[in-house]
Amino acid sequence: MLPKIIKKDDLRAFVEALLAENVVVAPTKKGIKYAFAEVDSFDEVALDYNITMLSPRKYFYPQNETVLKFKLGEKPSAEAVVESAPKIIFGMHPCDVAATWLLDVVFAEDPADPNYLSKRKKAVIIGMNCAKPCDEFSFCKDMKSYNATAGFDLMLTDLGDKYFVEVGTEAGEALLVAGAQASEASADDLKALQEWQNGKEKSFVNRIPYDTKFLPEILGASDDSLVWEAIARKCLSCGSCNTTCPTCYCFTVRDEVASNLVDGERKRIWDSCQLDEFAEVAGGENFRKARSARLRHRFNRKGKWLLERYGKSGCVGCGRCDRNCLVKISSVEVYTQLAGERAK
Amino acid sequence: MTVKEKNTPQAGSIFQPTIGKIVAAKMLTAKEKYFRVVLEGGKPLGQKPGQFVEISVFGAGEAPISICSSPTQEDSFEMCVRNVGSVTNLMHQMEAGATLGMRGPYGNGFDMEAMKGHDVLFVAGGLGLAPARGVIKYVLDKRRDYGDVTILYGARNPSELLFKEDLSEWEARPDCAFHITVDRPDDAWKGNKGVITTLFRHVKVDPSKTYAVIIGPPVMYKYAILEALSMGIPESRILCSLERRMKCGVGKCGHCQIGNVYVCKEGPVFSYAQIKRLREGI
Repeated sequence: MLPKIIKKDDLRAFVEALLAENVVVAPTKKGIKYAFAEVDSFDEVALDYNITMLSPRKYFYPQNETVLKFKLGEKPSAEAVVESAPKIIFGMHPCDVAATWLLDVVFAEDPADPNYLSKRKKAVIIGMNCAKPCDEFSFCKDMKSYNATAGFDLMLTDLGDKYFVEVGTEAGEALLVAGAQASEASADDLKALQEWQNGKEKSFVNRIPYDTKFLPEILGASDDSLVWEAIARKCLSCGSCNTTCPTCYCFTVRDEVASNLVDGERKRIWDSCQLDEFAEVAGGENFRKARSARLRHRFNRKGKWLLERYGKSGCVGCGRCDRNCLVKISSVEVYTQLAGERAK
Repeated sequence: MTVKEKNTPQAGSIFQPTIGKIVAAKMLTAKEKYFRVVLEGGKPLGQKPGQFVEISVFGAGEAPISICSSPTQEDSFEMCVRNVGSVTNLMHQMEAGATLGMRGPYGNGFDMEAMKGHDVLFVAGGLGLAPARGVIKYVLDKRRDYGDVTILYGARNPSELLFKEDLSEWEARPDCAFHITVDRPDDAWKGNKGVITTLFRHVKVDPSKTYAVIIGPPVMYKYAILEALSMGIPESRILCSLERRMKCGVGKCGHCQIGNVYVCKEGPVFSYAQIKRLREGI
């Protein structure tokens, strides 16, 4: 679909038009950080945010989600719960767009998970391109997710006095037609975008000293590396890396019973592969008792296994794991250390 | 304009259980209880030998339980459940007439077609007899489809032996060889003493046409696989069923992941040729 242009001054009107008829989620200022939240006005939107604490995955895959309601008693009964509501997610950066795409593939794999997919299918993603890395933790260029080529409905790039709007889907185009004073992008606009892109390429730097297409191979050869034990000395197994990762989707399932002891709900709750009991089985055997084994598991999942299984990287280089690590474990350092000769 | 409602997935929730009724329940040992369950409407579970179900005890949660009956028994399915957690603890308080929830069957199960025409050597340790029993019963029910059948079973002590009626039947049957051992015999025990690998010396197989089906606690796998390999059975015909604590059973929750496979989907049955490439597999 042909790209469009929205004048800078018209963005407010566009977002207000969206707000008039839709639930809109956007990056907002929260203390000294940013968080995706439902907004009521354009002024709440933090257009110049660097990175949110959590990715918008929480809107498709909530931290704590009721998946079943049941009744106890002589004849117990249970009814699955699949809830979803239309939403516009405004201002998603390319790394989070890439992460969402991976989750789409994971939850669509047979058997498909309607709890995720129904929410996802009712969401429109309006992305916001980044001109520079969030901060020193970003390694999205290394993970090749700093430019979004697909996975969005609209993608906005700030060209100074106007936004260049890439149109990814018909749903995105319909919103644009109905709510924005958008014009067709001209040849000059395309040229301006290209110049902007050239500048972006310069401002994003690689931090991993090799092409990450070699990462699966490097991880595959590193099962017995002492690097895992070295970082295990620092790791507290707190799970912050999992909680803040935009591609983590592991969960546990828990039942809660109401105080009337009749009604109850089954919840699916985010879980963490870094917690001690994650790989424990009924007999008490724990297949990843050692902290180093759990760290190796997480890094392999991010850099190798999900890519092999789903064709999409489990790491988008957003840096949230490193940014939120209490003991400053750095993915970039781990990937670099493991690479040996290649890291020269 | 409002976001148009796009199509929502037609498939049902992965979390919807079917209600089943326990029609028989009895303690097999001090820790293991047997259940026979009939599903709502009497419909067959339709499982393959080696598959598992997620059992719901509403209010306590779900637990993955292997099916210990054969699909040749269509009116009901059976489980042998050890009391080890909140769900299984409540199951142990259930008797005939009680209802529970069930999702599944899940997992790949054994490829019984591929095994046709071959000899089968079963090696079951401890609670591993539960999933193995479903396969054994299937093979014995379709006896003419398979070659020589040998069953090795080991338990820690005589009081932990499961399915004693089946054991007597297998012992008595002329069309299968049955060997049993316990690690710690009591005074009344007259049979073999020692770990399950001590039974292999009683067994002669033709490795060119034998499948080994090995199911037991994690510690058993390495030694039993070693015995099967030293008999000359190829890696691809040594089949094991791996235990993991699947929270979803459908390849999402991550708990059973080993490398790039989910035990609940690509397993729980793996050949040794596959397992040797799965670090932390056994």
